Amino acid sequence: MGAFFHRHRGLTPYLLLAPGILWLGIFFLIPLAFLGYESLQSGLFPNFEFTWEFSNFSDALSLYHEQLVRSFFYAGIATVACLLLAYPLAYWIAFRAGPWRNLFLLVIVAPFFVTYLVRTLAWLNILANEGPVVGFLQWAHVLGENDRLLATTFAVVAGITYNFFPFMALPLYVSLEQIDPRLLEAAKDLYASSTKAFLRVTLPLSAPGIVAGTLLTFIPAAGDFINAALLGTPKQAMIGNVIQAKFLESLDYPTAAALSFILMGMILVALLVYARVVGTEKLTG
Amino acid sequence: MTDPRFNDPLTRRQLLRRAAVGGTVLSLPALLAACGGGSAASGTTAAATAGGKPQLKDVLNFSNWTYYIDTKKPTTFQQFQEQTGVKVNYYEDVNSNDQYFAKVQGPLSQGKGIGRDIFVATDNSRFPGLYVSQEWVQELDKDLMPNFANLVDAQSSPPFDPDRKFSMPWLSGMDGIAWNEDLTGPVTTVSQLFEDPKLHGKVTVWTEMGDTLGLVLLDNGDDPSKVTDESFNSALERVKTAVDSGQIIKFTGNDYVAPLAKGDYAACFAWSGDVAQLVVDNPKLHWGVPEKGGIIWTDNMLIPLGGDVPTASTYMNFAYDPKISAKIAVETTYISAVKGVKDEAVKIDPDAAKNPLIFPDDNILAQLHQNDPAMLNNEDYVTKWQEVQGQ
Repeated sequence: MGAFFHRHRGLTPYLLLAPGILWLGIFFLIPLAFLGYESLQSGLFPNFEFTWEFSNFSDALSLYHEQLVRSFFYAGIATVACLLLAYPLAYWIAFRAGPWRNLFLLVIVAPFFVTYLVRTLAWLNILANEGPVVGFLQWAHVLGENDRLLATTFAVVAGITYNFFPFMALPLYVSLEQIDPRLLEAAKDLYASSTKAFLRVTLPLSAPGIVAGTLLTFIPAAGDFINAALLGTPKQAMIGNVIQAKFLESLDYPTAAALSFILMGMILVALLVYARVVGTEKLTG
Repeated sequence: MTDPRFNDPLTRRQLLRRAAVGGTVLSLPALLAACGGGSAASGTTAAATAGGKPQLKDVLNFSNWTYYIDTKKPTTFQQFQEQTGVKVNYYEDVNSNDQYFAKVQGPLSQGKGIGRDIFVATDNSRFPGLYVSQEWVQELDKDLMPNFANLVDAQSSPPFDPDRKFSMPWLSGMDGIAWNEDLTGPVTTVSQLFEDPKLHGKVTVWTEMGDTLGLVLLDNGDDPSKVTDESFNSALERVKTAVDSGQIIKFTGNDYVAPLAKGDYAACFAWSGDVAQLVVDNPKLHWGVPEKGGIIWTDNMLIPLGGDVPTASTYMNFAYDPKISAKIAVETTYISAVKGVKDEAVKIDPDAAKNPLIFPDDNILAQLHQNDPAMLNNEDYVTKWQEVQGQ
């Protein structure tokens, strides 16, 4: 065996790539091809027929552009909120937590020990009309007597922010933790203020973490449907809810498949624009 | 039919139409007669095993809605196990007809089983007809069902299964409005539910088109058993307005129960027996048929592909013993379709006979209506209904 690999050293990269490529091929590309095939079908369940039905795409866009825009809007706010909340936390853990680092990282990951659905259901109780948060905010006169949190845009965005928070915090931590503290000392030696040192040294060096965290948060958040389904109303319906209902409730597979492609395409475009703006080298760190 | 998309031999539209063929609605007088009682075959379950003993499985897997089975020991399932040796695995995994269909259609369309021997579907939806016309359900073995004779006449010939070859009623119930007296005064009309500002953001309706629009149609003064495009659209528009204004916050299946009991919803569309069961622990809850009328429906037991017909048929026979059905009806507060239940119910609870939720009197029956099967099966309506739900 050893001799074989030695003689065919050129093969090694391919052999290392093979399992990953196979995995993606079987579980991503083939289903994707089926999805594409389905998105161009017409007819009614269960008798669909492949007819190059491109109008599925235009129909889906004109019917559901509202939910599409809303999904990107919600995912965008949630991503920014995640960044603003996670950056100070990751910074503190990386530079100040000392021996407690691992404990705090564990705390960030801890919610993952509970399933996504149950975590979101817990928010139903936290934000409930008779729950503690609404009670406190009403007592503090932030909320009026008849105001509520559940079944509002706030609840949905807060739910998404909470659920995707670790995806932002962990990459940020990794990039911040790698920063050599001597660089900051050098900045200070050269009479940079703390603010200036942060803006000129820490922030640029943590950019790969910001980019990775943003992508890991934004992309799944745009396709999320659990938060809108549990914490929102039909007025907060996101594109994920439409796709879910089309696939599982109205059994309109072609429209559901077309919507999935539209979502994928829009995310891809957003990603390209983002890469263009921040520069590709930041994407790869 | 030149449109290429309709070239295939059997489109869904045709299937739906086929399901609706002869789609007459059970008449209310007939239902009324049904609830009166009458004498029943007795001796019953023993008869099933008297002849050539059928080969039964060890377990029966049964899918049903929540709040739909007796719980006082010995439960009817325990009694069934004692009599037949068959243990019932009871899954409360039906939350709405749409969702359940979505879950099972994949395997059923490939001719595979769904790990169940019995499941239920409501006649107030397009689904019983769809299951039958798609041949996704199996024929009952009536040789094992001497108690079939106990089925009330009014239920003997529903449009989706005119000869009751595939289905037996489980229980019937009513669509109405529930409210929580801590949060609101009595809510007795759909108009109040949809428009009272005090209920803003604390109202839910069902994802089931028949149930929700049935009540709205009645509130509009329209006939739910004969729906026109015009009456459908105006009912739909009212739901849409209430959703857009933020009055309605959710479309629910049976999952309205917990938030209603907890006080998250002030008032909502609710099923009769559910609330009657909740009241035991939550005396603040109330339920009523809306002033302009309610809807009555029946859930039907079906045997899916892959289900064991002898075991399922034996269970259905057992459930049609008036004694057994009476226990289930009294404890769930829903309406049995078994002859002679009233006499047995009185033995369990002398007050049961007076409970209009179990034995609807003329007064209540006069307020109840049934949905137009043509509306339930109309593909355009189904699509429009989904759009109102933000989907």
